[in-house]
Amino acid sequence: MRRRISEQIARAWWTALGAAGLSHERWNALRPGVRRAVKVAVWVAIFLGLVAAFGVWKTSALAIGAIVYLLVAPLWNRLTFRGWAYGKWIAPLAVLAIAITYPYYVNHMPELPLFGPFPQLSTLVVMTIFTMMALGLNFVVGYAGLLDLGYVAFYAMGAYMAGWFASSQFSKQNVNLGAVGLYPGATGFHFSIWMVLPMAGVATAVVGVIIGLPTLRLRGDYLAIVTLGFGEILPQIARNGDHLFGTSFNLTNGTGGITPIDGPGFGNWLDKHLHLPANFLTAGNLDSVFLWTGIGLVLITIFCSARLRDSRIGRAWIAIREDETAAAAMGVPLMRTKTWAYATGAFFGGVAGAYYASYKSGAFPDDFFFQISVFILCMVILGGMGNIWGVIFGACFLTYLDREGLSNIGTQINNQFGTSLDVPKYEFGIFGIIIVVVMLFRPEGLIPSSRRAAELHEDEPHDEPLYDHEIAGA
Amino acid sequence: MPLFAALLILGLIFLLAKNIQHNGFAYFASISFIGLTNGAVYALVALGYTLVYGILELINFAHGDLFMLGGMISATTLISHNVFGLTEGVSLSTLIPALLGSLAVAMIACGLINVSIEFIAYRPLRGAPRLAPLITAIGMSFILQNVAIGWKGPSYIAIPNVLPRGNVFSIHGVTYTWEKLIVVIVTIPVLIALMWLVLKTRQGKAMRAAAQDRDAAAMMGINVNRTISFTFLIAGSLAGAAGLLYALYFGQVRYDTGFQLGLIAFTAAVLGGIGNLPGAVLGALSIGFIQAYNEGLTWHMPGSDWTQSIVFSILILILVFRPEGLLGERTPEGA
Repeated sequence: MRRRISEQIARAWWTALGAAGLSHERWNALRPGVRRAVKVAVWVAIFLGLVAAFGVWKTSALAIGAIVYLLVAPLWNRLTFRGWAYGKWIAPLAVLAIAITYPYYVNHMPELPLFGPFPQLSTLVVMTIFTMMALGLNFVVGYAGLLDLGYVAFYAMGAYMAGWFASSQFSKQNVNLGAVGLYPGATGFHFSIWMVLPMAGVATAVVGVIIGLPTLRLRGDYLAIVTLGFGEILPQIARNGDHLFGTSFNLTNGTGGITPIDGPGFGNWLDKHLHLPANFLTAGNLDSVFLWTGIGLVLITIFCSARLRDSRIGRAWIAIREDETAAAAMGVPLMRTKTWAYATGAFFGGVAGAYYASYKSGAFPDDFFFQISVFILCMVILGGMGNIWGVIFGACFLTYLDREGLSNIGTQINNQFGTSLDVPKYEFGIFGIIIVVVMLFRPEGLIPSSRRAAELHEDEPHDEPLYDHEIAGA
Repeated sequence: MPLFAALLILGLIFLLAKNIQHNGFAYFASISFIGLTNGAVYALVALGYTLVYGILELINFAHGDLFMLGGMISATTLISHNVFGLTEGVSLSTLIPALLGSLAVAMIACGLINVSIEFIAYRPLRGAPRLAPLITAIGMSFILQNVAIGWKGPSYIAIPNVLPRGNVFSIHGVTYTWEKLIVVIVTIPVLIALMWLVLKTRQGKAMRAAAQDRDAAAMMGINVNRTISFTFLIAGSLAGAAGLLYALYFGQVRYDTGFQLGLIAFTAAVLGGIGNLPGAVLGALSIGFIQAYNEGLTWHMPGSDWTQSIVFSILILILVFRPEGLLGERTPEGA
């Protein structure tokens, strides 16, 4: 049905253009580069027109249009230099530069129609954190094809690791290893956040292995339920952890959560000599330094994602995702490979959780509920399971919707139509609709990985049958 | 393994015995009645999970939220002045038709909602990888919750206690109240009707055939799509009935009531052996008793803070050590 609708649209389009003197034949006679340039120019012009008509115009809109045009219109991918395809790096590096310099121009941006103002810096920080988590979940869901509905447990574990090793929670101990911003006489474990991040990652990976070892033998949907169970149990332990087993041992400080947690920082010496911020939480440009650090962490995650995907273990994950039985027959050790996927995913979830706890300066049990797991899953599904760029896009877009987008859209709609809808109230319903619509109409996500797309459309007719396929799901 | 199970059971019996000694038998009996009532509500919801899983091998995440909608629908029909307008302490002659009417409305509405969910969200994914419909089911669950938020708002809606107060019997301090009895009175005929439907009717035979092998059933001339729709209708109407009972007995429903209870009921279905109807009832009763004992008894019991963790631990242990459940049969794929 979808195809029929798009055919109708195409026919109407060419009839209209033919009337204006540009027939389908003349358009096809143009060179591909020119066609692309014209198409992108039309889209950019439409965008600028919309901003001028319905948004708040600022001259910077022209700059946005120009940058988008320069990035999308030329076929950068084709550029090579003595066999080195440096062209494919241009778009990612440009996006990176745009993200890094965001703090310097965020206040000069126009307001878009429907979406309103550009996201604030703090939203971008949270975006980097959720991007890390989504990429971590992508190891499990996207690469290994195991549905994990309890990813929030890893996030919680990371956050509490930061709570235990970078706050005054255990006040009988007094250890200070490079922590910054302590008041005099602070007790408890105070490790530098730069140490806590990998510690949290490793501890969370260990938890992942502990959860995974007994459960990864289970079939897909049972595994999903078991992970959901762990995702509910761990936060409950966090909630009740101030009186475990009826003793007065205070592990997690109960519903109050652990706060304050130390911020990251480089200490006074580096501050004096290199002008690196001594303590992020007291830095004048707090959100900017957190953003830059977050981008750094995301880059590491992307690097690991890409390298691991193409490594021996990554290919084993994808083999398991495509056909577990066949992979086992080819000698892929199922349990070990799955456990590695689980541990790797958990690692990044833990790092992200610890970083978030440090940014919020607290770990609160009420932050960890099932909806967060589905929220992260939704990022992976929307963007495209298994595709790094898709997952990043999904994470950024949904985080934006969660933090600002929905309320902005609600305000815009209410102003335009005089309604009084409370859009953020329906946030998870909207995510539910996104999940259902994506799974029904585009299960490979917005930016699919070609391999995953081929798998998900296996039951549809092929030009040439690849193999005798049985009726799936029977 | 059997040794371990035996030790576990002995330990639990010891814990119960100490608790009976500690709290007295009358108290223990009243807690057991609470467990029975909880278990009856769970059974109705768990049957819905088990029916759908039996035929589609799909964990219908939206089922718990459908149950919640059932509670809201029946709360509306019971209280709303346009429909029955019940208040506290109404006479039996107004109460019984109102209850039956609300039951019918809730069952039909939830059944139809469930059929439409299947038609919209699960049927197009019949041939997709198994996880695809599971993910859609999660999406549907969120959508239903937000339907409830949009309809009734995010806070609890309270249902006045319209059931007759007072005791059915009270022997040596062991009391059994009418409201608990009514839950059981409604549940048992529904269960008997369901068993009759599945075991004795043509449609039930079609359901069992489609659950065993969908393709073979289709070749034998069974309209599989219609059978699946019918299964969803039955499952949905069970959820509707459970929603009514929950609303009456607990007196409050909120948009997220169904999610938590749905997970508990799913655990019950797994505990009994998913796909197995008597198993679901047995599992639901067990979970109901476990929950009531955990929350009610006081001698070294973890208490209500940990109910969820205990239920999920049971779920995980069952899935890891005996995935076919208490009554299920071991299947070649290891269930």
